[in-house]
Amino acid sequence: MKTLLNKDQLNITLQRLAHQLVENHLSFKNTAIIGIQPRGILLSDRIAGLVKQITGNKHIDYGTLDITFYRDDVQSRNIHIPADTNMPFTIEGKQVILVDDVLYTGRTIRSAMDALLDFGRPEKVELLTLIDRRFSRELPIQPDYIGHTVDTILTQRVIVYWKEKDGKDEVVLIDKV
Amino acid sequence: MSLSVKHLLGIKELNVTDIEQIFQTADKFKQVLQRQTKKVPTLRDITVANIFFENSTRTRLSFELAEKRLGADVVNFSASGSSVSKGETLVDTVNNILAMKVDMVVMRHSASGAPWFLANHIDASIVNAGDGINEHPTQALLDAYSMREKIGDLKGKHITILGDIMHSRVALSNIYCLNKLGAKVTVAGPPTLIPKHIESLGVRVEYNIKKALEWCDVANVLRIQLERQHKPLFSTLREYALYYGVNKQMLDSLKKDIVIMHPGPINRGVEINSDVADSKQSIILDQVENGVAIRMAVIYLLSGKRELE
Repeated sequence: MKTLLNKDQLNITLQRLAHQLVENHLSFKNTAIIGIQPRGILLSDRIAGLVKQITGNKHIDYGTLDITFYRDDVQSRNIHIPADTNMPFTIEGKQVILVDDVLYTGRTIRSAMDALLDFGRPEKVELLTLIDRRFSRELPIQPDYIGHTVDTILTQRVIVYWKEKDGKDEVVLIDKV
Repeated sequence: MSLSVKHLLGIKELNVTDIEQIFQTADKFKQVLQRQTKKVPTLRDITVANIFFENSTRTRLSFELAEKRLGADVVNFSASGSSVSKGETLVDTVNNILAMKVDMVVMRHSASGAPWFLANHIDASIVNAGDGINEHPTQALLDAYSMREKIGDLKGKHITILGDIMHSRVALSNIYCLNKLGAKVTVAGPPTLIPKHIESLGVRVEYNIKKALEWCDVANVLRIQLERQHKPLFSTLREYALYYGVNKQMLDSLKKDIVIMHPGPINRGVEINSDVADSKQSIILDQVENGVAIRMAVIYLLSGKRELE
C-alpha cells in the first residue's frame, strides 16, 4: 500500500481544484456541480462547499446523480441497488461539472453523461476528478480538472478515504491480492 | 445484490429482505417516472413476453409500461385468438415463445399453480401476474408499498381486507406480504366468502364490517368475483352492497379517517360506493401509479445474473 495523498496534500489539492473551477466559472450563476453516486458525492460535497466559500455565494446549483440504470455491464448483469439522484434545478442551458473521485476506464463517466442528458441539454459538460489513473481509459474521455495523476497497473486499486465516511482523509494505492 | 429467488411466483417464497429491496428499488424508479424522460436503458438487451391466459387491463398495461420504461423489448400474447384454442399445451406454447429468444415471462393464468408448473419446465425467469385464486404477488407488493407511502412503516399497523376473500388471489398475497412486514391483518366479509381455517395464516376474521373498519388503519376493499363463483354465495348484489359495501356514511361514522384501497376493477355501488372510491381517503389511483414502479423494480431485480445453484 502506498499513500498518494495524505490529509494535508488532499486538502491543498481540493483547494486548488475549487479555485480552478471558480477561475473558469466566476460567479457560478449558470453553472451546476453534480456528484456521481456513490463515492463521487463525498468529493463533490467538499468541492461545492469550497466553491461557496471562495465565491461567497450562499447557494450554488449542486446535485447528485445515480448511474445504476445506465451502466453498460449488462452482459455480466450484476444487480446494483440504486442510490439517490437529486437535482433540484434544471440543467437546460447550464454549464455542468461532473465530479467523481477516481477516473479509470471512463465507463462510469459515459454512463453519467447518458443519465445527465435524460434531464435536459446542458450548454457544456466538464469533468472533475480527484485521481486520474492515466493510460487506462477504455473510452475517449478526458478530465478537465485533475487533482492528482497516477500511473497504475490493472491489479492495483486506488481508494479515496473521506473523514465524513471513513474516519480519515487519505488517498491510497493498493495491490490487490 | 439480487433477490433470493429466480422467479417471482408468490409472496410466500419471498423474505423480508427481498421485499425491502423491491421497495427500495421502486423508490428510485418512481423518481424516474416523474421525470420528463420516463425511460432508462437498463434492460435494452432483454426481451419479455407477457403471456395472459386470462383477461386483464391494469396489470397487463402496467407490466408492459414497466418493461418498456426499462428499455426492454416486449411481446404480448393473449390466449384468445391464439393456438391454445387449437389444443396446444401450456408448456408447448411457452417453449415456442422462448424459442424466439425471450428472456423473461410474465404470466397470468386461470389455473392456480400454473406458474410453479411452468417454472419446472423452462429456464427463463417467470413473474406471476396472477394465478387462479392463489397469488398475485406484484399487486400485494404495490399495495403494501402504497400503504407504507401513506401511513409509514407497517409494523403493528392494522389492515382490513374486505370482501370476496375466498376467490381473491389479491387477498392471499396481501396476507402473506403484510404478515412479513409485521402488520396485523383482519379479513372481513360474509361467512360464505371467507375460507374456513383462514385464521391459520395468522389473520383475524370479522363478519361485521363496521367493526372491521373501526379497527383498521387501512381497508383494502376487494371485488366480488362473480366469474369464479360457481354457486350462489349471497342472495343478490344489492343485498351485498347493503350489508358489506363501503359507503361514505359509514366512513364518516368512524372515529378516524382510514385509508381506502381497491385493486380494481371496481364494481361501483357493489363493494364500494363512488363517494368512497373518489374521496380524499382513497388512494386507488396511487396504487395504479405505484404499480409501474413496483413492476419495474421486480423485473430489474430478477434480470440479474444468478450464481448457479
